[in-house]
Amino acid sequence: MDVPNQAAEWKTNIVAGLFPVFLSALIFSWFLTFIPSVADGVSTRFGIDWIPSLGISLSFFIDGLSLTFALLISGIGTLVFLYSSSYIKNHHHFHRFLLYLFLFMLSMLGVVLADNLISLFVFWELTTITSYLLIGFSHETHKGRHSALQALLITGAGALAMLAGFILIGLTVNSFELSEIILEADTLRAHELYAPILLLILFGTFTKSAQFPFHFWLPNAMAAPTPVSSFLHSATMVKAGVYLMARLHPAFAGTDLWLWMLTIFGATTAVISSILAFRQTDLKLALAYTTLMALGTLTLFLGQESGYAMTAFATFLIVHSLYKAALFLVVGCVDNATGTRDANTLGGLAKAMPITAIVAALAAMSMAGFPPFLGFIGKELKYAGALGVASEPILVAGAVLVANSLMFAVAAIVAFRPFWVSSKTTYPKQPQEAPFAMLAGPIILASLGILFGIYPDIIEKTLVAPTVASLLGNIEQSKELKLWAGVNLPLILSICTVILGLALYLQHQKLRPALDGIFAKLPTFDQGWDKFLLKFKDFAAWQTRVQQSGNLHQYMFVVFFVVFASLATTTALKNAIFKPPDFSNVTWLGVGLVLLIIGAAIITTVTASRITAMATLGVLGIGVAIVFIGFSAPDVAITQLLVETLIVVLVAIALLRLPNLETEAGQRRPLDAILAISVGSIVTLILLSVLSLPLDRRVTDFFEQASWPEAFGRNIVNVILVDFRALDTFGEIAVIVIAALSAYALLRTTTPQSKK
Amino acid sequence: MNSVILTAGTRYLAGLLLIFSLYMLLRGHNEPGGGFIGGLIGSTGFILFAIACGTEDARTALRVPPQTIAMIGLGIALIAGLISIFFADPFFTGQWFFLGSTETEKGLPISTVLIFDIGVYLVVFGSVLTLVFAMEEEI
Repeated sequence: MDVPNQAAEWKTNIVAGLFPVFLSALIFSWFLTFIPSVADGVSTRFGIDWIPSLGISLSFFIDGLSLTFALLISGIGTLVFLYSSSYIKNHHHFHRFLLYLFLFMLSMLGVVLADNLISLFVFWELTTITSYLLIGFSHETHKGRHSALQALLITGAGALAMLAGFILIGLTVNSFELSEIILEADTLRAHELYAPILLLILFGTFTKSAQFPFHFWLPNAMAAPTPVSSFLHSATMVKAGVYLMARLHPAFAGTDLWLWMLTIFGATTAVISSILAFRQTDLKLALAYTTLMALGTLTLFLGQESGYAMTAFATFLIVHSLYKAALFLVVGCVDNATGTRDANTLGGLAKAMPITAIVAALAAMSMAGFPPFLGFIGKELKYAGALGVASEPILVAGAVLVANSLMFAVAAIVAFRPFWVSSKTTYPKQPQEAPFAMLAGPIILASLGILFGIYPDIIEKTLVAPTVASLLGNIEQSKELKLWAGVNLPLILSICTVILGLALYLQHQKLRPALDGIFAKLPTFDQGWDKFLLKFKDFAAWQTRVQQSGNLHQYMFVVFFVVFASLATTTALKNAIFKPPDFSNVTWLGVGLVLLIIGAAIITTVTASRITAMATLGVLGIGVAIVFIGFSAPDVAITQLLVETLIVVLVAIALLRLPNLETEAGQRRPLDAILAISVGSIVTLILLSVLSLPLDRRVTDFFEQASWPEAFGRNIVNVILVDFRALDTFGEIAVIVIAALSAYALLRTTTPQSKK
Repeated sequence: MNSVILTAGTRYLAGLLLIFSLYMLLRGHNEPGGGFIGGLIGSTGFILFAIACGTEDARTALRVPPQTIAMIGLGIALIAGLISIFFADPFFTGQWFFLGSTETEKGLPISTVLIFDIGVYLVVFGSVLTLVFAMEEEI
């Protein structure tokens, strides 16, 4: 490529890269304008009808909870786009990446703002799809494809269960609007469908938010480029599940089932993932597992109803998004500068990358929970919230303590050691300070962590309290955010965390092999999932082999057997009444016709000659056509006659290549006869049953009356076909075309070799 | 099939069947007939032709591949349904125009219903011939 061209491309990449930054900044500032009204407790609702007959609308709702999420999404989105414009600008799919990421941001905003559950589901699935595209962004690698598919299948399966739950909610309270469902909370909690609804929805939120035992897709999703990991898989998308649980908190919380499901799964996820995070040497994976820990903690707090737990939830949500997004971006800088993310080889980077090092330290101190960072306030509130839980406070507080200490250690491993502990390794690349576009995001996020820590009032009244109000219904329950709350139990636990965390960090290189030894023996969920998928595919292949044998006789037998079985069961279950046929006005012509048809049918089935069978089948068809004429249905009769002619032509053509009758199906004929007689008998019985009721002429009368004045036609059959029921006819002729084309394709591919 | 009588007779019969099929198509709205029956009758004309003179001649006489005719028919039927959009009616609502109508005279009725029926005719005609020709040639 020549130089001017490259320069031009560079310019378009700058424009393309900065355009989404500008757009998302615009969105962010638009959401900022809602802060005053939301802080006053006013929520905004707007939207349009979508499918009003089903209660589905495209409606949106802005209150404390959704505004907090929307600000996090658009704010971090802006910084991540700025970062991406530099980080990934040389990739040949740069524009595609920006498009996916922007689509994701819009869908995510849709999730947190949607008021209608069905719209929420649609946006939810859009985030799943864009996440799939972004995880699989490096689709040339097997790992990229595998991880993307895994995330898609797991979150997709959860979402389907969730949709079932949503529909049950809709049936229970007669509305899909969240703002109305919350008002019906008491009906919902007392309803017999409460437990199924809750479990279905939790299946969706747990898969999306990677709760144990569905946690394994999230670390695999780190196959995505770093901005994606930072944006989707730590700050926003994985919190969609948490968001939904928070959104439904007012309607669902307060029962034992809710409390125990969220507490147990949240606490298990938090503890297990912090141990897993501790043992990682890949910085990005370590961060991924601490994200799991954060999601577990958030879930744990949503199980409660106390003001402390909710304040802890809201604060930790903001803290975590700030420092985790910053740390992911920092790891991306380090990876870019050195070419490695291995915690064992990295070291001494502070000299080459001083700004990155300071930013990393700031973010990590917020993560570790040092004063005066917002992380400290978050941690104090977490302890206060854990101690105030309704049941087993010691257990919950213990889980939080273990998780927090491990997180302290991980923060040090990720953000302290690579920069400040010297190492003698030579890097694949000579490390250099990251460019401004990549540093801007982490700098802003980390500084906000300390700014909000020193001046917690900024977020307390604007975001935290309104969020708590959305969860608990009133703003008074929200607890104050403050750095110094006096010497109390949370503070003592904080000090314990620091000591324990420090000890873990100092010993981490010795502890890691021991942990590896334990985990090597345990089967992982990841492998279990792969095995499950393999078995599933085997099962699919097996059942296809059995069902699609390629034997036409078998297909026909199955089809007619199913027809018989379903008709017979329905007839028996519905206690059909049969009216004995009325023979009073039978004519000799009628009897003759029936005898002709019966005779033709018997000869067709028993004859050994195909020519005879063809001829008698024709007789049968013409007999039926005469019956139609007798009942003055000329259209049907004409069609029947023409189709009979056509069948004779087709069979005559095919006759040459068909095998002899007796050699082909001698063994099966008795069975076939039984089935044929059974189908015939059940259809006759049903006809007799239908005749036992007086004929309902409403439809006939309507068509007779409407045909001429409304559709200008006197042939009612034709008017129905082309006017009243034109859509049905259209479907039928589409089927005809498809059948003809497939038969044509089949005939073309199975040309006998001898003829060519 | 090598029969002089059949070949000679078919040249007239096939034409008659085609004209008759169009007659059936157009009278269908008020008398027995319509696109489906018309399409079947029309196709028998060409089937007869194919049996008497071979499918190669029949394809030449038809000029357009039968599967194309079927798909064009489906397209025409769809367009007939879509026309109602311009009159703000639901999909497939019949639209009627009476050409040259006066106070006393009804005029010549032209409708989307007729267009739809022509689509049905072409679909049936094309599909049947696709099948029969392919079977004649491949078996």
